[in-house]
Amino acid sequence: MVQLTLPKNSKIKPTGKHYPAPAGASKVKTFKVYRYDPDSGENPRWDTYDVDTSQCGPMVLDILIHIKNNIDPTLTFRRSCREGICGSCAMNIDGRNALACIQGHEECSGNKIAISPLPHMPVVKDLIPDLTLFYAQYASIQPWLQTETPEPQKEWKQSPEDREKLDGLYECILCACCSTSCPSYWWNQEKYLGPAALLHAYRWIIDSRDEQTGARLDELEDPFKLYRCHTIMNCAQVCPKGLNPAKAIAEVKLMLADRVV
Amino acid sequence: MSFRTPLSTARGLGSAKHGVGHWLSERVAAVALVPLVIWGAFAVIRLAALDYYGAVAWISEPVNATLMILTIAVSFMHMQSGLRVVIEDYVYTHLNKAACLLANLFICGLFGALAVFSILKVALGGA
Repeated sequence: MVQLTLPKNSKIKPTGKHYPAPAGASKVKTFKVYRYDPDSGENPRWDTYDVDTSQCGPMVLDILIHIKNNIDPTLTFRRSCREGICGSCAMNIDGRNALACIQGHEECSGNKIAISPLPHMPVVKDLIPDLTLFYAQYASIQPWLQTETPEPQKEWKQSPEDREKLDGLYECILCACCSTSCPSYWWNQEKYLGPAALLHAYRWIIDSRDEQTGARLDELEDPFKLYRCHTIMNCAQVCPKGLNPAKAIAEVKLMLADRVV
Repeated sequence: MSFRTPLSTARGLGSAKHGVGHWLSERVAAVALVPLVIWGAFAVIRLAALDYYGAVAWISEPVNATLMILTIAVSFMHMQSGLRVVIEDYVYTHLNKAACLLANLFICGLFGALAVFSILKVALGGA
């Protein structure tokens, strides 16, 4: 049956530390951060940091960097571009998957903001999820142009209209916010490809230059790989790039239906 | 412990190359149920106003009996189809899953068949 409780070693222990704000802090906000260190052998815990937000930038990533630099250097998280293009700092902020670098802490409700790794993935350490399977699922849809016609001397041509069909798809940065917010992906992630991989699959299916459309659709026609999507729409709600993976999946389903009726 | 590569795990047993039929039939049944259920509500109101002999006579009319059977049969098919997806979502182990899927099919089939038989009995047997 579906596992509704956390495994023993993932249960959160009430042993979290509290880091009070420094004296004279003017705009204090509390951040409750998920902490897990596999080397310690201990279960995860929530640490709370009272941060003087007047000393930080406006984004949640600014807060995390402030905590790491000034309060607790052991806090571990991924970050790189700090402008919403690399997808490294995807995490669950205030109950919603988002990129910490473009999520303003003022936009979160309340004065206590919980930050945890992307849900339902194995945790490597603190806010870092293990995305190995997620990337492998992306690789499994063969995300590259496949042709049999001999390659033209200069380039594969594409009309502006056909190029337009890729808008809203090519922008995906594979941050995994969508897939890890999807209940179907939580329950069946070994068999269901998830919204991100399916959005990319559709991106290649409708690419006018690709010659493997039928084979790509064949690979997706599966009760689990594709049809576990029940149009829950969490993916579209959380996508930090404003994309709609659910719509891409619906288009794939319609194309499959088009083949039989 | 397994040394399967992540790509091998992601590919799993490969594509079943079916699923569109089930997806389409669910939607076709849903569309069919819209007029059938509206008619069903009308039928319940109509039957409530009739006495026993009146109700039997009403059900014995070919169009009423046929629509009643269709409403029941399509509802049970749709229910079996939907519950199958729920079971596939939440039940993992092979034996449990097979047992649940069979129970779903057999129970929906049994009650659907009983309901259709009951309508036929009234429609064809008279008062």
